[in-house]
Amino acid sequence: MSTPSQTSAVIATGDAISPGTPPARRGVVSRLLRRPLAILGIAIILITVGGAIFAPYLTAYSPDEQMFDGLSLEGAPMPPGEKFLLGTDLLGRDLLTRILFGARTSLIIGIVANGIALVIGTLVGVTAGFYRGWIGTILMRFTDLMMAFPALLLAICLAAILSPSLWIVAMVIALVNWVQTARVIYTETSSLSRREFIEAERSMGAGTPRILFRHILPHLLPTIIVWGTLGISTTVLLEATLSYLGVGVQPPTPSWGNIIFENQTYFQAAPWLVFFPGAAILALALAFNLVGDALRDILDPTQTGRM
Amino acid sequence: MLAYVARRLVQSLLILLGVSLITFALLYVLPADPVRQIAGRSATPQTVENIRHQLGLDQPFIVQYGRYLLGLVQGDFGRSYLQRTEVGELIAARLPASLELMVGAIVCELILGLTMGLVAALKRGTATDQALMVGSFVGVSAPQFVVGLLLLYVFAVRLSWFPIGGYGSFSHLVLPSLTLGILGAGWYSRMMRSSMVDVLRQDFIRTARAKGLRRSAVIFGHALPNAVLPVIAMIGIDIGMFMSGIVVVESVFGWPGIGQLAWQAIQRVDIPIIMGVTLVSACAIVLGNLLADLVTPFIDPRIKLQ
Repeated sequence: MSTPSQTSAVIATGDAISPGTPPARRGVVSRLLRRPLAILGIAIILITVGGAIFAPYLTAYSPDEQMFDGLSLEGAPMPPGEKFLLGTDLLGRDLLTRILFGARTSLIIGIVANGIALVIGTLVGVTAGFYRGWIGTILMRFTDLMMAFPALLLAICLAAILSPSLWIVAMVIALVNWVQTARVIYTETSSLSRREFIEAERSMGAGTPRILFRHILPHLLPTIIVWGTLGISTTVLLEATLSYLGVGVQPPTPSWGNIIFENQTYFQAAPWLVFFPGAAILALALAFNLVGDALRDILDPTQTGRM
Repeated sequence: MLAYVARRLVQSLLILLGVSLITFALLYVLPADPVRQIAGRSATPQTVENIRHQLGLDQPFIVQYGRYLLGLVQGDFGRSYLQRTEVGELIAARLPASLELMVGAIVCELILGLTMGLVAALKRGTATDQALMVGSFVGVSAPQFVVGLLLLYVFAVRLSWFPIGGYGSFSHLVLPSLTLGILGAGWYSRMMRSSMVDVLRQDFIRTARAKGLRRSAVIFGHALPNAVLPVIAMIGIDIGMFMSGIVVVESVFGWPGIGQLAWQAIQRVDIPIIMGVTLVSACAIVLGNLLADLVTPFIDPRIKLQ
């Protein structure tokens, strides 16, 4: 998203760096903090991380505790109120407590699964882009093949058959989620490795490791950071979807997706059981998208305002 | 052009072959035993062995996969383990409902996305622009099952404007299409905005303005057609997104399409159905991408196929 000051610069030079801004990559954080949407995203992420870490201190209940007074006399869940801020679920457990502990699940899977996917994607992309030839061809054909898979179907299938635990869910998500990164990194690496400075380095006798780690990877870093941030959003959504279908993280371990899965039969009478965890999923995914998009604008000015 | 199409078709076939091999191998390797599902818990080991032999599941992997491929080239997807029906028939019976849902979703995402993108581009830099772009981020960040349940609660349970799930009339179609389309609307509004902003910067727009055309004539007669075409050409690429989305959306709304079929088959380890739906989806995704690539040079003659 371009701000008005940038827009004028865009028209004049076709370049999105507005006058007076420091060169890219210097002071990324301070430039991030000048964007209201990025601040909103960072705030949501910090609140979620804080909630996940300090969950036991923020609530008086335990996430698995089925409370005697957590259900009405007819056995219905309690609506949001003074005692239970966000109400209780079908088993009389405090919803706020489960959402706080569920943040742990979302964040762990978001970071682990996305980390693995990023590593696989970068390895595949760099290898294919650097060693074009037959290794590159095979790797990129395989990537094309993975693009043709209906990703969610594959993930559901794997998760349903392997009895899912937190780590298996993370693995499954990583396995279907590395493809985009691989393609982007591949394109960048193959154009980078054709540039003169790499040619020069090679002619001076630099070995492959030196070229890869000192020259290629540092240039890829902005891309990796941007895709890493945007990827967490995809991962959080995928985990929630798998858990909602009942093949993700298994109850009683709370996850925002499986809270909805467990309670959806009752959602017409107790809609808060769907909407609070749903809002949490939306907020966290939105936060990483906002920060990722801002990072893209800052780190890669040529992409301003594009997808 | 013809040579390009031919090469892409061959590539697509190879990709589909690869998808079939990987899916088949995964289902072979994974610790799910369809025979146990069919025979039930109380079956004797003898019965289990008989069923395994009947289905050919005691054969080595290569033989099983070879047989499957041989059937596939004759248009035979095999028989469902549990429903005793041809998988081809099951898919054919469910496909129209899914296609209907996808067409509905395309209409929703185009109407919503293009309008949002157009307005944002025209009001660039204003609060309206910012608000619309935040809206587009919300669209791509919203989990589809939550959107579905929210729409159901507001428009079906509370307002009773639409039925609570099910399939049949036009009013059944509205909420599921909207749910499936909102994600795409988020992407389209961003693409439309940047496409429109690009076009508005071109010289021919300045010329049109300079010769005294009204603003609305410039926008709707000159800018919009040029900005909208490359965005619409992306529809082919949406197929992948839809194929993932229908599993969730059909399950929320009880929509009898291939997403439901696949979901039920996965729960019962009905391998022929899982294979069939995966292949049909992959086929749709590959064709969609091919179509998107073929349409592009007609829309933008600067791009050449190679």
